[in-house]
Amino acid sequence: MSAVHNSWRPTASIQNLRRRAEILSQIRAFFAERQVMEVDTHLLSHCAVSDPFIDSMQVNYQSLPGGEITPMFLQTSPEYAMKRLLCAGSGPIYQLAKVFRNGESGRRHNPEFTLLEWYQTGFNLPQLMQEVEALIQLILPDQSFEYISYRDVFKRTLQLDPFTASLAELKAACREQVEASFEDEDRDTWLNLLMSHLIEPHLNATFVHSYPPSQAALANIAQDEYGTRVAARFEVYVRGIELANGYHELTDAQEQKRRLKADHDQRKQLGLPTYPLEMRLVHALEQGLPHCSGVALGVDRLIMLALGCNQIQDVIPFSIDHA
Amino acid sequence: MATYSSNQLKNGLKVMLDGDPCTMLDVEFVKPGKGQAFTRVRLRNLITGRVWERTFKSNETLEGADVMDTDMEYLYNDGEMWHFMDNHTFEQVAADKNAVGDNYKWLKEQDKATVTLWNGNPIAITPPNFVELEVVDTDPGVKGDTAQGGSKPATLTTGAVVRVPLFIEIGQKLRIDTRTGEYVSRA
Repeated sequence: MSAVHNSWRPTASIQNLRRRAEILSQIRAFFAERQVMEVDTHLLSHCAVSDPFIDSMQVNYQSLPGGEITPMFLQTSPEYAMKRLLCAGSGPIYQLAKVFRNGESGRRHNPEFTLLEWYQTGFNLPQLMQEVEALIQLILPDQSFEYISYRDVFKRTLQLDPFTASLAELKAACREQVEASFEDEDRDTWLNLLMSHLIEPHLNATFVHSYPPSQAALANIAQDEYGTRVAARFEVYVRGIELANGYHELTDAQEQKRRLKADHDQRKQLGLPTYPLEMRLVHALEQGLPHCSGVALGVDRLIMLALGCNQIQDVIPFSIDHA
Repeated sequence: MATYSSNQLKNGLKVMLDGDPCTMLDVEFVKPGKGQAFTRVRLRNLITGRVWERTFKSNETLEGADVMDTDMEYLYNDGEMWHFMDNHTFEQVAADKNAVGDNYKWLKEQDKATVTLWNGNPIAITPPNFVELEVVDTDPGVKGDTAQGGSKPATLTTGAVVRVPLFIEIGQKLRIDTRTGEYVSRA
């Protein structure tokens, strides 16, 4: 689909790249000051991410010239590797990682992008949210943030409780305001549609937290003030752009194993390719992941916001078509 | 006709939706933090001209529409239909009022126009951006009034009525911007 562009020129101006370099060095200084160690884990792994809706890129690896080909995968996030470091006793760590996601390209997406991922041992979710706010304010000084639960942001915008609404009510709410003719029996599809089309565009400088457990990914499950089971997860939005996704990290090895398998089964059910699961993550958790919170933040998007750019290609040297 | 999967959508793609051919004006990839991606598309219905947004999830399939733009020469109007000819193949097509719409005002015999064909039938006519047409009726010209602002209506050979400067007279040829319907200059 995406044609190779013949122009040799960068897609971002040199002036933007200079600003980018400044922001990257501000980020490194932020963590140096907090004594969070920089790590750089592997980009190529024998295992792929389990998430059915993230597609890993495959690479042919040969240990000897002309040797047998072993399929390997470019990381979609450094999460598994960094958790293995945490289990090995690294303490707080961060990484500015290149990550790769197949099929994700658009105004705010480049299939290869820069993710800032960090883990703070001993932090609960509110503590990490405050640290994320401090980092974003370092780069976007004029933003002051609102904190709101997933339930309340739905109630406020759509007068709908995402935890108690029936599948039929969710579909009806979507069909009323979004034209989509497909069918889907998964509540999360409709919740995601409502969130991305009707709520996100209005979120400026907002932390949304306490997600439905079905959207927990690798977050712990907790109880909110109504006694509802919620995922200890947050997302950050600035000017309608999704910027970061954080968890109070799941430390239970058995539950981790169950979620990897559930993802694997869902992939099979959807007819998606299945890849080797990262069982070394489960083994690391058996050894013991310290109580911690972690977050992944899209650095290119943060730079877009800082520079007032509308397209990711304006802040990276060469976008995929020019690479 | 080809079918497209929702991950093949792009600007300018012509597809069938609800029985009508549509063109994609803007395609945006929407990916929630966790969960499946959507493709949000702004479309124009090529029959009605309506512009609206629709969201697709991955693995939806869409039928392509056999729509193409062809440069043709406008031949004549027979009272009901407007007739056009492809100057390469000499093939002729006849467009009805729905396809021509208000653009009849800018069609001059032997001029070029872009004819949008769906399954070989004309569904839209786009005149050139600028046409030259003769004034057949207007109030008498005011001599020496080239600098002042005023304007008056003038009727052109095709029946179009445009606002023109006061000095314009019957029989003069005018250059008109068909996108705005405004007088540009004397031709």
